[in-house]
Amino acid sequence: MGLEAKFLQDGFITTTIDSVITWARRSSVWPMPMGISCCAIEMIAAADPKYDLARFGSEVMRFTPRQCDLMIVAGTVTYKMAQVVRRIYDQMPEPKWVIAMGACTSSGGMYRSYSVVQGIDQFLPVDVYTAGCPPRPENLINAVMEIQKKISKTRARDFQDNPLINVDAH
Amino acid sequence: MEFKELIKKKVRNQFGDAVEEVVEFRNDLSITISKNNIVDFAKYLKEDSDLQFVTCKDLTAIDWATRKKRFTVVYHVYSFKNNFTIRIKSNIDEEPPQIETVSSVWESADWYERETYDMYGIKFINHPDLRRMYMPEGFQYHPLRKDFPVIGIPGSLPLPKKVE
Repeated sequence: MGLEAKFLQDGFITTTIDSVITWARRSSVWPMPMGISCCAIEMIAAADPKYDLARFGSEVMRFTPRQCDLMIVAGTVTYKMAQVVRRIYDQMPEPKWVIAMGACTSSGGMYRSYSVVQGIDQFLPVDVYTAGCPPRPENLINAVMEIQKKISKTRARDFQDNPLINVDAH
Repeated sequence: MEFKELIKKKVRNQFGDAVEEVVEFRNDLSITISKNNIVDFAKYLKEDSDLQFVTCKDLTAIDWATRKKRFTVVYHVYSFKNNFTIRIKSNIDEEPPQIETVSSVWESADWYERETYDMYGIKFINHPDLRRMYMPEGFQYHPLRKDFPVIGIPGSLPLPKKVE
């Protein structure tokens, strides 16, 4: 690996603080498993040893929003559930990202119905949309990798002035 | 005598003209009863020692949209003693859409009636707790009515504001 070779040569590396922070951040994106319906099964499969989301540092599904960076909204979001999803999102500390996993969360999917929100981007800032019904675990892993790419482009100062929870959001 | 024939005979004897229609189709027995007699009818089916329809398995409604009696309330009740299910129907007018509750006879009808009220706007008179079952309490419409659009009415359900 590149890093060990560096240590064998000179014993030090030069880099920027931003690079180190984004490197650390993208290598341990902890997901909030917002498993609302059948997509949750594929999300669980992505974390199991066969697909092994741990290779990308995202195997730690936290069941409290306080410890998460990434919300994976996996399943049909109804108008009633939208309030809950948003409340959990608000409890996650900044910076945070959102994956809309599957057709239902992205667009309402086959549920063109009065009870289902036709796309969670109506109330959440979605970073990556994942196609499929449900998406294959590989597809979810790809989405996590896209999130990692997105995190790589951030700078630490981008998040400096954001309040942790916007109380007036509702 | 076959059980279905027994039911028909007993019910006709007991309720006479209040029994509007008796239909047998593929071994299912459906009895349409006038809406004013629904509680007496339910009580009779439950308490008669030969029939003993003690369980209300399901209760829902149909919106016929164009008929003069717009709604039909449908009950499915089961007799353990005879291992038999019958369907009770009752036609009700569009205005006012209401019928007496049977939750005093079958307690399981309580939530079924709440669901039917939520989806069709049918009021169950004397129901102990007639609140909406699925839709939020402030919601003004009844989604399974034929005049309600499938996609819903924009803005009728609250959604959190978008994060900027």
